[in-house]
Formats: sequence, structure tokens, C-alpha cells
Amino acid sequence: MKRHRFSTRLWHWINALCVVILFMSGLNISNAHRRLYWGDAGFDASEAWTAVMRFPGWSTIPGYYDLAAARAWHILMSWPFMIGLVLFWVAIIFNGHLRRKLMISRDEWNLEAIRDDIGNHLKLKSDNHGSAYNFLQKFSYLVVLAILLPLMIATGLAISPGFEPAAPWLVEMLGGRQSARSIHFIVAWGLFAFFAIHIALVLLTGPLRQIRDMITGGRT
Amino acid sequence: MKRRAALAGLAALFTGACSKVADTSAAKSLFKTAEDWHLKMHRALAGEQALAPEYSHADLSPSFRGNGSVTVDTDQYRQELASGFPNWQLEVRGLVKNPLALSIENIRRLPQCTQITRHDCVEGWSAIGEWTGVQLSVLLDAAGVLPQANFIVFRCADTLAGARYYESVDIVDAYHPQTIVAHMLNGEPLPEKNGAPLRMRVERQLGYKHPKYLTAIEAVASFDDIEGGNGGFWEDQYGYQWYAGI
Repeated sequence: MKRHRFSTRLWHWINALCVVILFMSGLNISNAHRRLYWGDAGFDASEAWTAVMRFPGWSTIPGYYDLAAARAWHILMSWPFMIGLVLFWVAIIFNGHLRRKLMISRDEWNLEAIRDDIGNHLKLKSDNHGSAYNFLQKFSYLVVLAILLPLMIATGLAISPGFEPAAPWLVEMLGGRQSARSIHFIVAWGLFAFFAIHIALVLLTGPLRQIRDMITGGRT
Repeated sequence: MKRRAALAGLAALFTGACSKVADTSAAKSLFKTAEDWHLKMHRALAGEQALAPEYSHADLSPSFRGNGSVTVDTDQYRQELASGFPNWQLEVRGLVKNPLALSIENIRRLPQCTQITRHDCVEGWSAIGEWTGVQLSVLLDAAGVLPQANFIVFRCADTLAGARYYESVDIVDAYHPQTIVAHMLNGEPLPEKNGAPLRMRVERQLGYKHPKYLTAIEAVASFDDIEGGNGGFWEDQYGYQWYAGI
């Protein structure tokens, strides 16, 4: 039995590429209008709830301000991102990955155990032998898979005026187009936080082995 | 600090590589394909004639932002603006049976539509306004669009960065019930900054597809021979997507 299934590895790398390009081209798009609003509309500073920083060239795609080129990347990568997530969900439901490795059992909702788990993480003690995920891993993977990534797609679609007539309820549910845009921005940074912690933990737990296993599958 | 600099360097390297990839013709055709798929998905899911949401008077933006061109920089325009556009003409021409030339007065006498809609700029902001005007389909039917026509091109009086503004939509968007030639905003004649005396409303697309200072509506088979050949000012000058529903 491999440590990571083929479907997991394939989706992991396709999704990683999508998320990095979407995030960096998204920062370029954010530079076009740095104010964020709640509700349906807004364009004036007095209507904004915040104005975000101008993101520097090294963090954006392309590496200089170009709204059209950034949108071209965003519009392209939204496809493999969206299709990839849907197919991965289908795969993990049917191959048992969701039930066996990701679902948190009732026993695991145990405050003491969770506290120990958090303590171990903070002390950078890795108890991750073999292929079973601990509570924090399961919890964060589920939050990313079931909440953050789907929310990026939902809010992204809701910002699109051409998509809106297909699902006006989606825009309403999210509180209006400018709310959807604000949530899109906030959740993108939520994913960045996951990305940063994920990379840090890989670096701390034998990065070469971790990356090799995510490519070849590894052994349990 | 060193680690952060290394990460920034890695990101910069990646963004450089992306630009190299983006310049290839394979990437350009991939970008175009992705754009077309969004258009097809939108129309398949919503239907070709599905309506953009409409709002109530309570939702109107306190003032409607003017962006891009905010005037036409000619003496003739200033004179017309001062006197209420008595000599402004809107032509309907190109692949049509009966070319038309309409005055503002002619347009006001046609059946009118009023819609309160949200305007979404490609930059990210939105504003809500009440637009009044004539459905484009009324003008196109009066002129009799020939079957060879695939696109409707909007010609404008304004220039931006030295180039004449123009835009285009396909026949589906041209005949959409909310696609109107507007001459009023919030119950008043169009303000100068919003495109007086006439502007397009193409409600399911971003703001750059709603040209202002409209002088002609032209039915064409393709835009190969029109200006830069990409179907619009922003498409020609800055590489923006022709389909602006995303």
C-alpha cells in the first residue's frame, strides 16, 4: 500500500500549480482597485471597509502591473482548479480516502487529545509515522477541501457578471457582488496561511522524503 | 529574514517564468480557449437571454463614477453638450438592409426601457444606476440586420491614449433585452462623464464593453479589418479579453 494514492498525488500537484498561479495573478488583479466593500456595490473610499496594500512585483503574475495579462492567467487556471477539485471530491468519496483517512471520528473530538496534538505541533514534535493523519491534519485538510477551496470557486463565480444570471441566488447568498469579492480576497489569504504552515511542516519533517512520497507515492 | 528573501526570490523567478510562457503562441491560444469556455458555460447554464439582476431605487449608488474617457475633447462636442446635442447623429450601418441616421430626438420617441442595474468595472468596483433608453434590438430590427452579420460594433466619439474608442458584442448580446442605447442616467440626461448623449449598456459584461459617446452601430461579419482587429479598444491596445463576462 502506498502512502499517497495516485489520485491524491495527481490532484495535489495540479492544484498546487493552480493555487499558486491564481493567488499571484489575483494579487495583480487586486492592485487594479485596492478598496474592498460589503454589499452589492461600491467604488468610493467612503464606501470601503478597507484598502489593502499594493502588492509588489515579485509577488504578482506577471511581475509588473498588467490587469489584462493577470486576468488571462486567472481565467485560464480557474478551469483546472475548478474541475480538479470536483474530480478529487468524487475520487475521495468513492475510493474511501475521505472516510478512512480524512473523516474525524467521534473519539478524536477529545479536548485533551486535541490539546496534546496542538502542543506537539507547537513543540515541532512530529508524531506522524505511517499514513494516518492526526486530528489537526484531518481538521485542516477538511477545512481546506470542504470550505476554503469551494468558497474560492463560489465567490469567484459570483464576481462574474456573465455567470450571475445562471445563479443569482449565489450572489445574494454571499451578500452581493462586492461582499463576494471581499470574501474571495479574505479566503485567498486563508489559503495562503494554510500554504505557509503546510510548507513549514514539510520543511521540518524531512522535506526530501515528503516531496518524494508525494511524487512517487512512497510506502506506508 | 534570509528565508523570506529566498521565498521572495523564488516567487520572482516563478513570475518571470510565467511571463515567458505567456508570450508563446500556444499560451495565447490556451488563454483564448479558456475565455471562450467561460462564455459557453455562462450561456449554457443561464440561457442566452437570461437577465442580469435589477435593483430598486434604494440601491442606487450616491453618484455614478465616471471612469476611462470622461469627455470628448473637441470644440464641437463642447458646443453640442452646451446646447443639448441638437446635431448629434447615431448611425446604424454596415451589414443592414436600411442604414439609419437617428437624432437624439428620434431616439427619445422610440419605445423606452428603464432598468436599475449594477455596473462592474474590470478593476473590481461596482456602481448601481438607473438607465433609460432604447433596446438595441429595436434599432437593429428597424435597420434589418443581414444574416451574414456576426457582431455589432459600437463606434464612439472619444479617444483614449490617442486611439478612437470602440467595442463590439456578438449577436446574442446585441439582441439581449437589457442591451440598450441609453440616453438617461437616474432620470436625467446622461452626464458628460458617463457618456453624454448616448452610451451602450451590455449588462452581463464588464464596464469596458459599455462604450460612451456613441456615434454609430455597425453590423459586421468579422472585425479583422476594424482598427486593431481584436474587436475593441481595450482588446487592441492592452490585450483585454473580448468576452468580458468574467
